Amino acid sequence: MLDCADPKALEGLHWTLCYLTTGKHLDFYRSFGTVLVLLAVTAPVALAFGFAGAMAARSPVLPVRLLGKGYTAMVRGVPDIVFFLFFVIALDQGIEWLVHQVRCPDWTDPIRNGLEFRVCPQAKVPPGTAPQAVHQIYGFVLAVATFAIVFGAFAANVLYGAMQAVPRAQLETAEAYGMTARQVFRRVLVPQMWVYALPGLGNLWLILIKATPLLFLLGVQDIVYWARELGGAKTQAYDYPHPDWRLWYFLGLMVFYLAMTRGSELLIARLSARLNRGQATLAGEAMRKAAT
Amino acid sequence: MKRLILGTAILALSAGMSLAQTVRMGTEGAYPPYNFINDKGEVDGFERELGDRLCEMAGLTCEWVTTAWDSIIPNLQSGNYDTIIAGMSITEEREAVVDFTQNYIPPAASAYMALTADADIKGGVIAAQTGTIQAGYVAESGATLLEFATPDETVAAVRNGEADAVFADKDFLAPVVAESGGQFVWVGEDVQLGGGVGMALRESDDELRAKFDAGISAMKADGSLNELIRKWFGPDAATF
Repeated sequence: MLDCADPKALEGLHWTLCYLTTGKHLDFYRSFGTVLVLLAVTAPVALAFGFAGAMAARSPVLPVRLLGKGYTAMVRGVPDIVFFLFFVIALDQGIEWLVHQVRCPDWTDPIRNGLEFRVCPQAKVPPGTAPQAVHQIYGFVLAVATFAIVFGAFAANVLYGAMQAVPRAQLETAEAYGMTARQVFRRVLVPQMWVYALPGLGNLWLILIKATPLLFLLGVQDIVYWARELGGAKTQAYDYPHPDWRLWYFLGLMVFYLAMTRGSELLIARLSARLNRGQATLAGEAMRKAAT
Repeated sequence: MKRLILGTAILALSAGMSLAQTVRMGTEGAYPPYNFINDKGEVDGFERELGDRLCEMAGLTCEWVTTAWDSIIPNLQSGNYDTIIAGMSITEEREAVVDFTQNYIPPAASAYMALTADADIKGGVIAAQTGTIQAGYVAESGATLLEFATPDETVAAVRNGEADAVFADKDFLAPVVAESGGQFVWVGEDVQLGGGVGMALRESDDELRAKFDAGISAMKADGSLNELIRKWFGPDAATF
């Protein structure tokens, strides 16, 4: 068992091992998990948002179509960072305002008092008495929702384009077989559109990976936050004083991000080959020729 | 694991109401020795010890929260925490948007720190943290102000030559100078800024502010505050 009781007396490898296993470093390692969980949750949710958005944008019903087009146009037209700063605050305060209306109908003080936003204590979400962990989980959920909405809009546009790219002849053939519109959509359009959507979705996935440092803006302590905090020069006030090591920490992050994006690229390439099989695309045609 | 987290969350949500009042203490966690995140990953420093003692005296349960310095006031106003206890000097501009308790650190000196004693602090490039009284002072002094989000970056900027000097609370810079082995030196005279350091609260939270004010008065009266200041800032620190 590693003895780290007196950090200032340690030297060499022993010091390094103790340093790398401090509570703060464990928080740093855990934050990698936070980023991975964010990616794992956000990607499918954003894809679902995108699919719904694309379907809405193609709808024959005018209000639904406007909703779908409006969603993509609005989110795509606003800088991400503005959206992140605005949306999270608006969502947070909106929820608290609603709870306030339900739980404290007799509250007479103004909710907006100058720059202050003040609801009754029972309406705080999460309640002020909740442990910090609950606040962190709540913050994380807000972050996932924001990421999903922003990236959902981009995904909607990609999927919309992919749906339009499926050759009309394919759909006509399906109709000629007597399929209903719904059947054509499910059995022919959707299976064939993925090959057109994949390059765009792959781009989005890589951008999403690289956008995760925005988490810190939303108050979630992510890997970039911890790298900066741990790497900064430390005086004797700390157990493990050291000079400015931010370069090494950020180098570590670079390796992490490069590994993530490179791994993703390899996966996307395999997925692309799989989707092109038997498709009436150039890549699909090349595969067919190679096989014969 | 997920169920466990959810379970605790629900438990905490339902049990919360009956407990004693919980006060969320907002701090920066990057300004040793005032407040910093220690190697266990907890908030530590002079203000941690002071805050915990004040909460104990007032019978409050306190929870520590860290946040970026440049959004520390907006986050207080929108209710993400209830107090700011982050080495924040009492100034008129801040008084206009938040309410301060009485000061718990007397008006203290700010100082310039540079690599050489002849650094140009009147017309050169001076690093300071965004939104501090020191940044405001540099902007009016005629020097070129270079702002950074964290105190650590202001020091790093001087070390790598990006800025000629850094201007900050002397109590923050003192350990840096002392431990630099001669790399850093003080430049020019100390400057007195602000009305001391106090806790900031929302303007509508008078009741809570009175509790902390009473605690600080009591600690000033029995000398325990001075003791705490000397413990964290050294025997020569200004006391009450």
